[in-house]
Amino acid sequence: MVLMLQVDGLHFAWPGGPKVLDGVAFNLSSGVPLALLGPNGTGKTTLLRCLLGLERMQSGRVTVDGQDLATLSRAAAARLLAYVPQASATAFAFRVADIVLMGRTPHLGFMAAPTDHDRHTADAAMTRLGIAHLAERAFDELSGGERQMVLVARALAQGARVLVLDEPCASLDIANQMRVIAMLRALAAEGYAILLTTHLPDHAFLLGGHVGLLKDGRLLGPAPPRDLLTAPTLEALYGTPIEVVAIPDGRARGQVLCVPVMPAG
Amino acid sequence: MMAHGRPGLLLGMSALGVLALFLVSFLVGPYPIPPGTVARVFLGQLALVDRNWSDAVEMVVLDVRGPRIAGALLVGAALACAGATYQNLFRNPLVSPGVLGVSSGAGFGAALGIILGLPGFGIQGLAFALGLVAVALTVWLGRSFDRHATLVLVVAGLVVSAFFQALVSLTKIVADPLNQLPSITFWLLGGLARTTPAALLTALVPIALSGLVLHALRWQVHALAAGEDEARALGVDVKRVRVLLILAATLMTAAATSLCGIVGWVGLLIPHIVRMLVGPGFAAVLPMSALLGGGFLLGMDNLARMAGSVEVPLGILTSLIGAPFFALVLARTRRQWF
Repeated sequence: MVLMLQVDGLHFAWPGGPKVLDGVAFNLSSGVPLALLGPNGTGKTTLLRCLLGLERMQSGRVTVDGQDLATLSRAAAARLLAYVPQASATAFAFRVADIVLMGRTPHLGFMAAPTDHDRHTADAAMTRLGIAHLAERAFDELSGGERQMVLVARALAQGARVLVLDEPCASLDIANQMRVIAMLRALAAEGYAILLTTHLPDHAFLLGGHVGLLKDGRLLGPAPPRDLLTAPTLEALYGTPIEVVAIPDGRARGQVLCVPVMPAG
Repeated sequence: MMAHGRPGLLLGMSALGVLALFLVSFLVGPYPIPPGTVARVFLGQLALVDRNWSDAVEMVVLDVRGPRIAGALLVGAALACAGATYQNLFRNPLVSPGVLGVSSGAGFGAALGIILGLPGFGIQGLAFALGLVAVALTVWLGRSFDRHATLVLVVAGLVVSAFFQALVSLTKIVADPLNQLPSITFWLLGGLARTTPAALLTALVPIALSGLVLHALRWQVHALAAGEDEARALGVDVKRVRVLLILAATLMTAAATSLCGIVGWVGLLIPHIVRMLVGPGFAAVLPMSALLGGGFLLGMDNLARMAGSVEVPLGILTSLIGAPFFALVLARTRRQWF
């Protein structure tokens, strides 16, 4: 197993504010997707933004395959680490192919335009995710699930082996959530290193990788979900009663569910 | 909205259309000249045909209409490209050199230059400097209210624009009523009637340079449309690109404004029409904006020349036609901007 992303002693605080990240450290390996859980406002997104160099951390080191991202140019860092944001509307009506082609930006010179090779790479990324038929469609007209796939295709076209996804399953219906999770599992199996945030502990089980819990600026884990996602830890994390149950039989036999407990009365 | 795959064909057709308009423009005006004569005057310059036309005709074609037509193409192209750049940079389809206050700022700079009796280059430099001050003020004002709201930047531009418009009015009071005032008033209304080859050249150099910069950065600008953070994650050096874009777009606006005064609506209207035709990719938007912006302003200037005994100032015509047309375009696109 190859070590890809390494995070050491990451400290972050807003100017004049309390500490958001207080010495976060973890390794992300290719093939083992890591799901990041934590209550609203614990700094999951801030952590991702620090990794991407979008926020300036007070101290800490982020390396990909031993290369310190802080010493690299934007383009060089983007060739190692790709970001998949939450699908949002664009100000202008771009075609899907134009959006995916944006992924080639870090491979172009400062004053260059994409070549045929770049277009082929973008097409291959769309084909890989089964969205080649959407290439000529307007991004804004797609469903949430389709948009998410387009943004993942853009990250693949970028050629980075580390993918960072901000709540890729947010506001998707169940079928689309499963589609995204299956796709992430397949990409992990191909050797991508994948880090994502989510609000649903079940996703950590479904992804079949590791899970990390972020609370009060500290990271618990990464560890296999079975070890970390127990009722007491989840209750402590979210501050609400939660049961963790394994499905005893049927088609979902062996799958683990995290169920919030409805208070009596 | 339809998707756009192949802008090449549309670009070619537009280029032909602008070329046709360019040729027709030599024929029209208070002194109509038949096509054959215009063609002979041109060929005569290359000593290909015998001279059988009067000096007056040659003067109208080469010295009066030539610079004026070139000026209209140049100013229209510059304002439309600057508008497209600002819209892409701020991810805001409602901004333009006029809306952001750049035109007024540059206008005040140029008026100041005229009063101080500066040479053409100095007038342009002052216009550029104050155009930059205006756009900086607008961005700073907009950000101090709300970083992300589309409309806030428009309102900030309104404030800055009003401020510089007031300063422009002040220069009129200070100006020498015999020599400077008529020249400032005429120039402020926006017009190309006094365009000289020398003034044309002074404007052409900065506009062409800025155009080259924008063209070189077209793909960085394309990725910038994804938003600042996403563009950074895509490897764009956002700070550097943003500074270069603002410098180039403002320099273009300043040069255009120095040449023919404050001409509104071109920079706002044309990029919208262009995106409807070729989609929002900046690599296609830039050349198409140059073509349609130049063509639009040339068409307006031809109207100004044909409109009868009194020539209607260009700035008034572009507003008369641009404003309702922009309202139509807005109604057609019906997008959620606010």
